[in-house]
Amino acid sequence: MESAKEKAIKIIRSYDGPKIRIMEVCGTHTHEIFRQGIRKLLPENVELISGPGCPVCVTPVGYIDEAVYLAEEKGVTITTFGDLVRVPGSRSSLADVRSRGSKVKIVYTPLDAVTYAKNHPEEEVVFLSVGFETTTPSACLAVEQAAAEGLKNFSILTANKTMPSAYRMLKDSVDVYFYPGHVTAVTGTGLVKSLVDEGISGVCGGFTASELVTAIAVAIKKFQEGKPFFVNCYPRVVTEEGAPEAMALVDKMMEPCDTEWRGLGMIPQSGMKLREEYAAYDARKHFNMPLIEGKPNRACRCGEVLQGICRPVDCPCFGKACIPEHPVGACMVSNEGACSAYYTYGDI
Amino acid sequence: MKTVTLAHGAGGKQTSELIDRVFKAHFANPDLTADDAAVLTPPAGRMAMSTDGFIVSPAFFPGGNIGKLSICGTVNDLACMGARPLYLSCAFVIEEGFPMDKLEEIAAAMEKTAKEAGIKVVSGDTKVAGKGQVDGVFITTTGVGEIMEGVSTSGDFAKPGDVIIVTGDVGRHGCTILLEREDFGIEADVTSDCAPLWGAVEAVLNEVKDVHVIRDATRGGVGTVLYEITGQSGVGIDLYADRIPVADEVRGVCGMLGLEPLYLACEGRLVIMAPEEHAEKILAALKTTPYAKEAAVIGKVTAEHPGRVVMTTEVGTQTILAQPGGELLPRIC
Repeated sequence: MESAKEKAIKIIRSYDGPKIRIMEVCGTHTHEIFRQGIRKLLPENVELISGPGCPVCVTPVGYIDEAVYLAEEKGVTITTFGDLVRVPGSRSSLADVRSRGSKVKIVYTPLDAVTYAKNHPEEEVVFLSVGFETTTPSACLAVEQAAAEGLKNFSILTANKTMPSAYRMLKDSVDVYFYPGHVTAVTGTGLVKSLVDEGISGVCGGFTASELVTAIAVAIKKFQEGKPFFVNCYPRVVTEEGAPEAMALVDKMMEPCDTEWRGLGMIPQSGMKLREEYAAYDARKHFNMPLIEGKPNRACRCGEVLQGICRPVDCPCFGKACIPEHPVGACMVSNEGACSAYYTYGDI
Repeated sequence: MKTVTLAHGAGGKQTSELIDRVFKAHFANPDLTADDAAVLTPPAGRMAMSTDGFIVSPAFFPGGNIGKLSICGTVNDLACMGARPLYLSCAFVIEEGFPMDKLEEIAAAMEKTAKEAGIKVVSGDTKVAGKGQVDGVFITTTGVGEIMEGVSTSGDFAKPGDVIIVTGDVGRHGCTILLEREDFGIEADVTSDCAPLWGAVEAVLNEVKDVHVIRDATRGGVGTVLYEITGQSGVGIDLYADRIPVADEVRGVCGMLGLEPLYLACEGRLVIMAPEEHAEKILAALKTTPYAKEAAVIGKVTAEHPGRVVMTTEVGTQTILAQPGGELLPRIC
């Protein structure tokens, strides 16, 4: 009997309808699609666009500059996920700052940063809080933990983002969204279902070869019906209600704010910041930081890559000035970035 | 609780006690004497010799401990050259305050593993370092073995047309250590594959002498070994994703963390390359031994695309096996 995977591959390979643009939003999807060689299945009229779902890639230059300021001007110890260390700021990356003698510590979870702060009361410790709906709850947990322990030397520099505004902003470059599996697992399907009323179509899928091709095949099939749709192709993980406890925690501690996305610019109400009650844990307030605006490298086209306007290979820096060892743009830093994936897998 | 103190490393009475109670008790054999060096008769044929330091953290993990690992690592390195393990020396650096019963547990694991592998501990050294100067216990082992007649293996010898065999599911040791560190808050039932593999190699070489490459896939995993061989032998490699054995738990953890099982360390898995006509015999021989029941052909050596490992994916397309950069996992062995 033909397996679901084989059936899906057949649907994808034989598609000869109008051109369809599918945007995989999540960086892990981008990476897995390359790793599993799925792009090579696609006929010419199916385009996969790598969207803005890698938290490192959408972190703006100015945010790195803020972290650099904290490390070098305020002497704080920066705690961060490893990926962020090599992202270029206007002048320096955190790796540069570390080589000049500032303390930059890599942690696996925000709670590790709290533990570090507790064990080093003589240091001011700031956690770089980037990420989407999946990681924001753990940043809130860290603040809650720091508050419970009465720590005065721990704060977070927020650049947390939420996906819905980005879906709306990019809807004209996309026919069908391949929604991120983990984000949708947290938020539940209610939100993406409601986008159908705004004419925005999408599918939600998992990360194995079979799950990936199934979601793409369903997107193609439903697209041909001509009506906006949402199909959950990842029901073993993604549910209607999502993770209400996580969302309640975020809602208790954080509120929406305007925020800048690298390449996409300011998107109103697409960010999350700590509520006033937790101001003591907000690094911008704790250190009374000035407004810092970044100056992106003009040759880098990460922004257009993130919007699907150009492919990584169309950027003049790609593979020349910009390689994983010396990234110019954020999309080359993270192994979930579109440029990094093209660079690693693109030449065969 | 009795612990190791600096006095145990000072060379006096306590040192003798430690050696008698822990090391002599577990390693005793006629070639291990109280003299300054072991006196041995060399084997008739060619010899192989290998040394390896072990600093794994944590020192105890599901499926083994640093003691077992320190024997397997050196025995397996010898086995890869077609060498029957004969003699082993071991040097311990122990942190002051290390629990004595844990040290005994490590020595007991070494005794058991050495016995299984047929290697004799003939020389040893013990140093105790101050608190914080080492983390728990570090062990260095050096082994010598006798290369089986008519056998000649090297990473330089892979030839187009060779089949690539892996002796079991990949990535288990690396995955086990990763989970033990608890940095990720993931729980899964994974045990290290740590095992001595001379038995498996001997079974193969008794059937087939014409084996080109044997490598144990430790740090860097099977993927790193394959890339090393492409460089050493100037060949390309084709892999088949759907034939690579990976335990469900390992696959699950890798999925969550975005890791490639082929790059996670193994401590009981060999990569074997040999002419295709011997494939069935080699697989059959491996499957008679305890640690290679799941041996499988996962790819072949090719003259095409030298220096590259190309994977035929689960959806039937071809993609390059990406090489990881930077530090994947510190202190796994």
